[in-house]
Amino acid sequence: MARNSRAIPEINAGSMADIAFLLLIFFLVTTTMDVDSGINRKLPPWDPEQIQDPPPIKKKNIFTVLVNANDRLLVEDEYMDIKDLRAATVRFLDNNGDGSCQYCQGARNPESSDNPGKAIVSLVNDRGTSYKLYIAVQNELAAAYNELREREAQRKFGISYDNLSEDQQNEVQDMYPQKISEAEPVNLGG
Amino acid sequence: MSKFKKKTGGGTPAISTASLPDIVFMLLFFFMVTTVMREVTLLVENIKPNATEIKKLERKSLVTYIYVGKPKKQYIPQVGSEPRVQLNDAFARVNEIQQYVITEREAINEAERPLMTVSIKADEDVKMGLITDIKQELRKANTLKINYSTRKGEVYGD
Repeated sequence: MARNSRAIPEINAGSMADIAFLLLIFFLVTTTMDVDSGINRKLPPWDPEQIQDPPPIKKKNIFTVLVNANDRLLVEDEYMDIKDLRAATVRFLDNNGDGSCQYCQGARNPESSDNPGKAIVSLVNDRGTSYKLYIAVQNELAAAYNELREREAQRKFGISYDNLSEDQQNEVQDMYPQKISEAEPVNLGG
Repeated sequence: MSKFKKKTGGGTPAISTASLPDIVFMLLFFFMVTTVMREVTLLVENIKPNATEIKKLERKSLVTYIYVGKPKKQYIPQVGSEPRVQLNDAFARVNEIQQYVITEREAINEAERPLMTVSIKADEDVKMGLITDIKQELRKANTLKINYSTRKGEVYGD
């Protein structure tokens, strides 16, 4: 009887903050906030019987980018710095050699690509190329496409490409379809 | 006179710390929810290259990771200093990738299998030869969606 009537002693909650702090610090330390991000690419399907005769493509519609084992770039048979690759790619894609592209603002050089739909970027790298430069090249090529798409998005819809609806994005993508072809690596030496 | 004395002698009143645990708990829950524990311990050096045109990887459950890089210092005596592939918690040979990816794909439910992405987390010093071999293996395994994992930053910094 005496036990029941006795008041329950209050538990001291003063150290609760300390315990919570301890846990908090543990989670603070273990937390990794980095979200995974990177460059998305799609590989071509594996086909042991490679197509013997690929459909003929005019040489002027192919933008060749070679990267050798010394991490030097050869773009369209000329040495190039990685800084200039983006602008050169934009010039090639936007060239509009045959005049069929209404929205292009290129130089209409007959020696360069006919229209964005036909323009293909061909990337060849050596087995000794560093991954860092490879990503840099991939990034610059993607940036060139994004730059043109952004321009068209602004012109056509007046807003940034990222803010377009999916249909609108597809429409802009079709204006500058991303065609990056990667050859099997060769031994470019160097 | 006594009136004034009372005022000056009071000192600053103690701030109640009763709500401190609540605040701390709030922070605690935030970090508990956002925390992602590292599933694998890295056995290889992994400094990812910079890129600007990056996309976020969504649907973590559909992503399989392949780590590539030079083995860390303590593993060099066993495996050498050449860049190696790491799958889960172990070093692997390139020809094991195909089996690994297929096993991972089996674990995903059937409707979502085409959405499976392989994230290649390679060190920037790795040579393309190894990366190409990995890509060929992925093509053989018919896993065609890949993502080159990068950090955000300018590509020609140095």
